Amino acid sequence: MSKHAAGDGQGATPGPSARPRRKRVILADSGAPVTLLRTVDELEEQTSWAEEVVSEFIRTKIRSACLLAGLAVGVLGVLPALFFLVPALSQVTVAGMALPWLLLGILPFPLLFGIGYWYNVLAEEHEKAFVGMVEK
Amino acid sequence: MDFNYWATGSIALISVATFSLGFRSSRQANTTQDFLVARRTVRSRRNAAAVSGEYLSAASFLGVAGLILKDGTDALWYPIGFTAGYLALMLFVAAPLRRSGAYTLPDFCEFRLRSAGLRRLAAIFVIFIGMLYMVPQLQGAGLTLQHIIPGVPTQLGAALVAVLVTVNVVSGGMRAITLVQAFQYWVKLFAIAAPAFVLCAVFIGDGGARGLGATGLSEPLPPRFAHGATISVETPVVLSVEAPVRLIAEGTVDGMPAAGETYWSPGTHQVAAGTRLTFAAGDPVPVVRGAVGDNADWLSPASDTDDLLTTYSLIFALFLGTMGLPHVLVRFYTNPDGQAARRTTLHVMLLLGLFYLFPTVMGALSRIYLPELLVTGQTDRAMLQLPMAVVDNVAGEILGAVIAAGAFAAFLSTSSGLLVSVAGVLSTDVFKSRVRDFRLATALAGVLPLVAALLLRPADLSLSVGMSFALAASTFCPVLVLGIWWRKITWVGAAAGMLTGGTLVLTALALTTVSGYTGGWAPWFVQQPGLVTVPLAFLAVIVMSKATQRHIPPETKHIRMRMHAPDRLGLIRDRASGLGGGGAARHALGRHRR
Repeated sequence: MSKHAAGDGQGATPGPSARPRRKRVILADSGAPVTLLRTVDELEEQTSWAEEVVSEFIRTKIRSACLLAGLAVGVLGVLPALFFLVPALSQVTVAGMALPWLLLGILPFPLLFGIGYWYNVLAEEHEKAFVGMVEK
Repeated sequence: MDFNYWATGSIALISVATFSLGFRSSRQANTTQDFLVARRTVRSRRNAAAVSGEYLSAASFLGVAGLILKDGTDALWYPIGFTAGYLALMLFVAAPLRRSGAYTLPDFCEFRLRSAGLRRLAAIFVIFIGMLYMVPQLQGAGLTLQHIIPGVPTQLGAALVAVLVTVNVVSGGMRAITLVQAFQYWVKLFAIAAPAFVLCAVFIGDGGARGLGATGLSEPLPPRFAHGATISVETPVVLSVEAPVRLIAEGTVDGMPAAGETYWSPGTHQVAAGTRLTFAAGDPVPVVRGAVGDNADWLSPASDTDDLLTTYSLIFALFLGTMGLPHVLVRFYTNPDGQAARRTTLHVMLLLGLFYLFPTVMGALSRIYLPELLVTGQTDRAMLQLPMAVVDNVAGEILGAVIAAGAFAAFLSTSSGLLVSVAGVLSTDVFKSRVRDFRLATALAGVLPLVAALLLRPADLSLSVGMSFALAASTFCPVLVLGIWWRKITWVGAAAGMLTGGTLVLTALALTTVSGYTGGWAPWFVQQPGLVTVPLAFLAVIVMSKATQRHIPPETKHIRMRMHAPDRLGLIRDRASGLGGGGAARHALGRHRR
């Protein structure tokens, strides 16, 4: 399978600057995303405006990713220390199950999924906002 | 135990189903274009099943339950870490990595940092991690085969699976792996969930631990033998005895020949290979050194500092190591775009969370029904032996057959995935990437782990897998995360980080192996090095990059934009040649944006 991934793919395909982008010239094609193409070109040409916009976008994304990672690590990472410092907690039983087993055997999975879901929503919102701004 | 027809049949069935499914779907995708583009149309739900199918290895299927039997609550971190790794992957890596269009980790290194040397270094680590991960798969296969056909040496099973998988991959049977892997996820889920429900019902029907005469899981006593048991010790063990026990020993105990009834007071006893120990019903179980002897301790989390640090180190390695596993990354390329990569990851977390509820149940049941495994320390057999220990009739055999089939699905899918990705890297980066080279590479990548599996002592499956996660977390995680999010990374920094992390983990691995043979003296940060090595690797990348800022690739801005710009803007360029450039990507984008 790797035979398809041979070498540097960049060499095989001409870069965006080498080949002018092909555009259909039609009198009135309401569906044509003319503005989108222009701003994308601007992004690819790395104007200072584009650079600023992209950096800001990346900063937003990494901020939300770090925040959610912090949430997951914070909630789960505290557990071992908590059980270590307050051994009495491991004696507690909830509905016939020892509390540590409930907290470690079942609850982390919905928690992780929930955080993942939240990030997915956030990331898609960010991207939508970014595309909206670029298209304007 | 006799030759198990049910289990043999089920394993044959799973192998045949795997091959025919792979063969049938590989016939539909013949050309290069078809092959890769068809794969880019994989919807996130099926792709997620495929990723999970490949990811749930012998360590997850057999190992986790065994570790829970031995270590109790602390082992629950393995499933959490295995799942949380995908959260880290999703938050920091998935979408930008997919948009980069890189097909393998070395490819990503070259794409981002424009250095062929770094690419080669990354290739070496990919090969090493892949092989390290494959060893426990083969050992697990040996174990399973030995369980089904008694008297067969474990080496035979390992050899059989290695040959089977290698032949399969060489002949191209794994070309359409997506469907096969997805199918194997559901096989594994069924193979663990159905027995777990049935055995739980039987356990409750029997009146719980008290009805069986076993030690309750919350009682501050060692587990007890429910029936009399004769145990043959195959590898030398050191047993720690919590409560005094009277037993019949034949062989060598504490360096002295023993034949007949002896009395063991609390303390440790060395038992040589070939010794037979006979216990009566109701006797307290002596446990192999390192395991938790007392059920109340087993039920509560780490209570000494070393255990606590080991736990943290493990969490760290698993959380950050998943993103560096070679076979996981290759699967992400089959997503149409970055958004789909993110959704796939989310689905994977759902599927893994569902699966990992069951090893816990099986581990807890083993503590009640299979305390004798604690004597030999072969706790990886817990899953396989549990059904017969709970219901000793045809029903037990059928449940055992289901579990054996699931275990085989785990070996086949994980080792095929590893083999394909390692052979891919070997053939592109080491050989000249012709079809013949790919086959040669596959054979090589299949034989080397087999040799390692035959030579090395089978340690616990999940522990050696833990080491490969630590290696992945200390080499690729810093390069991936900083490569995606940090503008100033240079190839010198990346190489320094990989070498630092890699060397440290490999040293720890060597020390742990030596310590395993010479009395287990290794401290926690050698057995579970993630907590130390990962931060050091990150530090090395940052410091060395800062020192070599003139090596920042001139195209950095462009590369970063391509990785981070939303898919709708259409900046994806796939690096695999033969697909056309942006045109194909744009086209794919239009069709699969959902």
